[in-house]
Amino acid sequence: MMRAIGAVVLGAIALAPSAPRTKILAGSVSGTVTFTGTPPKMKPIDMAKEPSCAKQHATPVETETVVAGPNDALGFVVVYVSAGDMGTAATQTVKFDQHGCQYLPHIQAMHTGQPLEITNSDQTSHNIHPLPSKNPEWNKSQPPGAPPIETKYDNAEFIPVKCNVHPWMHGYFAVLNTGHFAVTANDGSYTITGLPPGKYTLTAWQEKFGTQTADITITGSETAKANFVFKATPY
Amino acid sequence: MRLVYIGLLVSAVAASSTTQAQPSILGGTREDFRRYCAGCHGNAGDGQGENADYIDPKPRDFTLATFKCRSTPSGSLPTDDDLYNTVRRGLVNSNMPAWRPLADVQVHQLVEYIKTFSPRWKTEKPGTPISIPPEPAVTTDDILAGRALFQKMECWKCHGPEGRGNGPSASTLTDSKDQPIKPFNFAASSRFKCGSTNEDLYKIFMTGLDGTPMPSFADNFKGDDAWHLVHFLRTLQQEERPEKVVWQQYLSTHQGQLKPIGPDGGGQ
Repeated sequence: MMRAIGAVVLGAIALAPSAPRTKILAGSVSGTVTFTGTPPKMKPIDMAKEPSCAKQHATPVETETVVAGPNDALGFVVVYVSAGDMGTAATQTVKFDQHGCQYLPHIQAMHTGQPLEITNSDQTSHNIHPLPSKNPEWNKSQPPGAPPIETKYDNAEFIPVKCNVHPWMHGYFAVLNTGHFAVTANDGSYTITGLPPGKYTLTAWQEKFGTQTADITITGSETAKANFVFKATPY
Repeated sequence: MRLVYIGLLVSAVAASSTTQAQPSILGGTREDFRRYCAGCHGNAGDGQGENADYIDPKPRDFTLATFKCRSTPSGSLPTDDDLYNTVRRGLVNSNMPAWRPLADVQVHQLVEYIKTFSPRWKTEKPGTPISIPPEPAVTTDDILAGRALFQKMECWKCHGPEGRGNGPSASTLTDSKDQPIKPFNFAASSRFKCGSTNEDLYKIFMTGLDGTPMPSFADNFKGDDAWHLVHFLRTLQQEERPEKVVWQQYLSTHQGQLKPIGPDGGGQ
């Protein structure tokens, strides 16, 4: 009890300049995502057909279907709350850029309805072609210097994104029914903050290896641990 | 025919009050759908009819409510007229014929029936049809502007520098169901995917062909841009058309002055 009051006082001090918040007591969860087995080898991308992109990469970039880091770490895994407090819809715009004929980031996670801004930093035309199954499918050309495409998705799903002009370009929109999510860094690490006390089911999704789940309980302002291990297959 | 009516009567009597209005019409339309459409599109409208395996491009999956030929912006539902016109016109370079023998009322009812396969029709309204400005006169400058757009928008990457459907990305193209798909060859066809008039071609740029690699250019075309492109594309076709006459006259005196279209091209 003392500790909880302490946290409240501390929180109140830290938040003093901004508007008072009701939800001060919140925990976090963090961990790493790794794999066992042999992941598929990523292929170098030949951008010779698009010289304006090829010259942006000193060494050829590789496909990003399975991004394996040191110590068997897995990057670009989406970790999110699939049961428990879902948080509130984020209102800040998330960004997805076409840069050097790659998608930056490879996977963009967002809440349903969250504003999404798609830009083209390249000197070539791209067509942005997301392939949803639960949301309307559209396909728009975005030439160099074109204004950003501003959109949103109302239904949760993992949406593959491709460019028909540059067939090597592949990405994902992870549209989630929760505001509690993170995407792992190249070292496999992730942190989700702002979890009010309660029981949670976390789901980790990797585009090639599917999903894993873990249950955690948050009691106060602690950081819970949840690691995920995917079984990698080379094909 | 009499048998069908008896069937309708029976199903109308059998239908309880929970059925939507005009159950007899839908009942008869189901018969029409099974007779004329289901062989390719499947009884469930999922594009998995018994002929589907042998057809390229694949029959439309109505459960996705994604349609190529629309007057509405990319990603939105088509209007009833759009669907009606597709059934009547057929789809060039595919197995979808023009359903001319069907009565108007049959086609209208089939359109309603097609809309029962996706829940999107219950929650969304069709998009607002794009507005098409009056077509400007065909001039050399207008065709040159269209040619510059063909270069700038990189249409040639799929459709090829001469519009023959053989651009550098052509062989890699797939539709939204991962089936290989060919870009339109302007030199080999007089009809476009969604009609044969200049206005039909204008609509294709501004709405895109949803479910295929052809994107919408609506956000990036201003003023008469799309008309310029329509007029230029007409010069790539075999048909003798007014656009072609103007263009050939120009080429007879300016042939050497044009930069080729392609990776090093400037369009003009």
